[in-house]
Amino acid sequence: MTFPTSRRALLLGLPALLLAAGTAGAAWMMRVPSDLDLSREKATEAGLYMAAVAPVEEPVTVGPMHAWTVTLTDRDGAPLDGARITVDGGMPQHGHGLPTSPAVTQDLGGGRYLIEGMKFNMPGWWELDLSIEGPAGTDSVTFDLVL
Amino acid sequence: MRRLPVLLATVLVLGAAGGGLHVAVQPGWSEVELAQVRSLSLEALPPLPADPSNRVADDPRAAELGRALFFDTRLSANGEVACATCHLPDRQFQDDLPLGHGIGQTGRRTMPIAGMAYAPFLFWDGRKDSLWSQALGPLESAVEHGGDRTQYAHLVAERYATEYEAVFGPLPDLTMLPPHAGPVADPVVAAAWEALPEDRREAVTTVFADMGKAIAAYERTILPSETRFDAWVASDAFPKAGLLSEDEIAGLRLFLGEGECVNCHNGPLLTDNHFHNTGVPAAPGLPEDQGRAAGARLVREDPFNCLGPFSDARPEQCGELRFLAPDGEDLVRAFKPPSLRGVASRAPYMHAGQIGTLDEVLAHYASAPAAPEGHTELRPKALSAEERAQIIAFLGTLEPLTPDVKRLAEAPSRSAALRERSLD
Repeated sequence: MTFPTSRRALLLGLPALLLAAGTAGAAWMMRVPSDLDLSREKATEAGLYMAAVAPVEEPVTVGPMHAWTVTLTDRDGAPLDGARITVDGGMPQHGHGLPTSPAVTQDLGGGRYLIEGMKFNMPGWWELDLSIEGPAGTDSVTFDLVL
Repeated sequence: MRRLPVLLATVLVLGAAGGGLHVAVQPGWSEVELAQVRSLSLEALPPLPADPSNRVADDPRAAELGRALFFDTRLSANGEVACATCHLPDRQFQDDLPLGHGIGQTGRRTMPIAGMAYAPFLFWDGRKDSLWSQALGPLESAVEHGGDRTQYAHLVAERYATEYEAVFGPLPDLTMLPPHAGPVADPVVAAAWEALPEDRREAVTTVFADMGKAIAAYERTILPSETRFDAWVASDAFPKAGLLSEDEIAGLRLFLGEGECVNCHNGPLLTDNHFHNTGVPAAPGLPEDQGRAAGARLVREDPFNCLGPFSDARPEQCGELRFLAPDGEDLVRAFKPPSLRGVASRAPYMHAGQIGTLDEVLAHYASAPAAPEGHTELRPKALSAEERAQIIAFLGTLEPLTPDVKRLAEAPSRSAALRERSLD
């Protein structure tokens, strides 16, 4: 397969770009902002807690329903048990929410919680919003995911 | 709530610039792009998902009984309507009409069946959560089959007792049951049903649910067949032109790119099996249609759902129902995108057949009119007439292979010359 070198360079770089952050102008398949923080471990917005999310099974694909775990710690790094978590999210670029209504179904202990009912029905940029109610108060965190 | 007006302008600018790019050059494909194309091909279709709510879903005897029931016109008020009356086997199991016609006229377009066993929710509004519970709806609809539960149970006992009992066990005692009784619109038939003791109603309803489970077992065998697109993806020429022409490939790029068709029409069945408001106009003369907003409520109330007493599933196996989005603005007038396999020969389009041709469908998506109710997910797109024609050309590659093309696609000599000749 031959095509102009500059084009090839651009296309060969595409997967890395998409994995890192997505790209706006160059790629025709996604226009995901370039400055998304795709880390799966973050401090909550007011800094009350640390939250980490992980799918129970990798890879996360478009279509099937799947479960995630959330791991919470307090400001001192101690596991946060007994928190109440609500789950929301959606596709900021498409103006719609999650296709399902996921919920925490189990407190797994050690600051870990099971979220069931997650589903992504489209490729692109998704937000996963967690609202966390714990002993230090209620705080929220948003994770950006690109599928 | 999650609407960003700035993005609209960005999309329009990119749309205009990107559209020109695709027509002017035929660039190569990145691995990411190729993976996305392959994800649309039948090779990417996973094994048929189990249906734990139907214990006979994969029992061939149930499928054989279900096939017989599917074509049996005695399952109707007038002896003339079978499932196959609207789901015509030689027409992709649909009827080419804007609205289905059984005993009367329905309010929706008949959906095709191939690959429906992959759908977590059935009907345009997803008001059923399994093939078997879906099959029961039309049987009791006054405008479709128009029959009732004791009528159907008597028919099973008279005509299918051996086949039924081989799959489901002994039939209940149906003696002394009225010929017509069931929770249907007809007040006389409904009153007869209400007059029955609860245990007898439950026995009849179990037979009725089993009929649905047998029909579902048959419908699970109706799967999408290979298309020219699939053969192209599997061919040595892929991703170069061959079984697909340059125009069709340009249409595929638009489908994935500026057209953003793939947002909802993704995966090997080219549907995300979710529900979307795309601003489709209301059909004249029909009552207001809330789409998924009504469907989400109905499926949770349905006694035949995954969590109901006639389901064979354990509650933890009913994830789709337990975690469905129950309400919200996104659901208003949202409808399920049908699979695009075979779409080119399946006019008219949309949930009430409102749009007659694919060209008009593309014009609708490009202009993105306001929704009659709720909010459309579409945004206007600068798609030229040529680009729309290319997308339609690509959709034409999703028709099942003709025997000639199939022969060429399977020929031992996989030469490009042969493949190109097949396009003539």
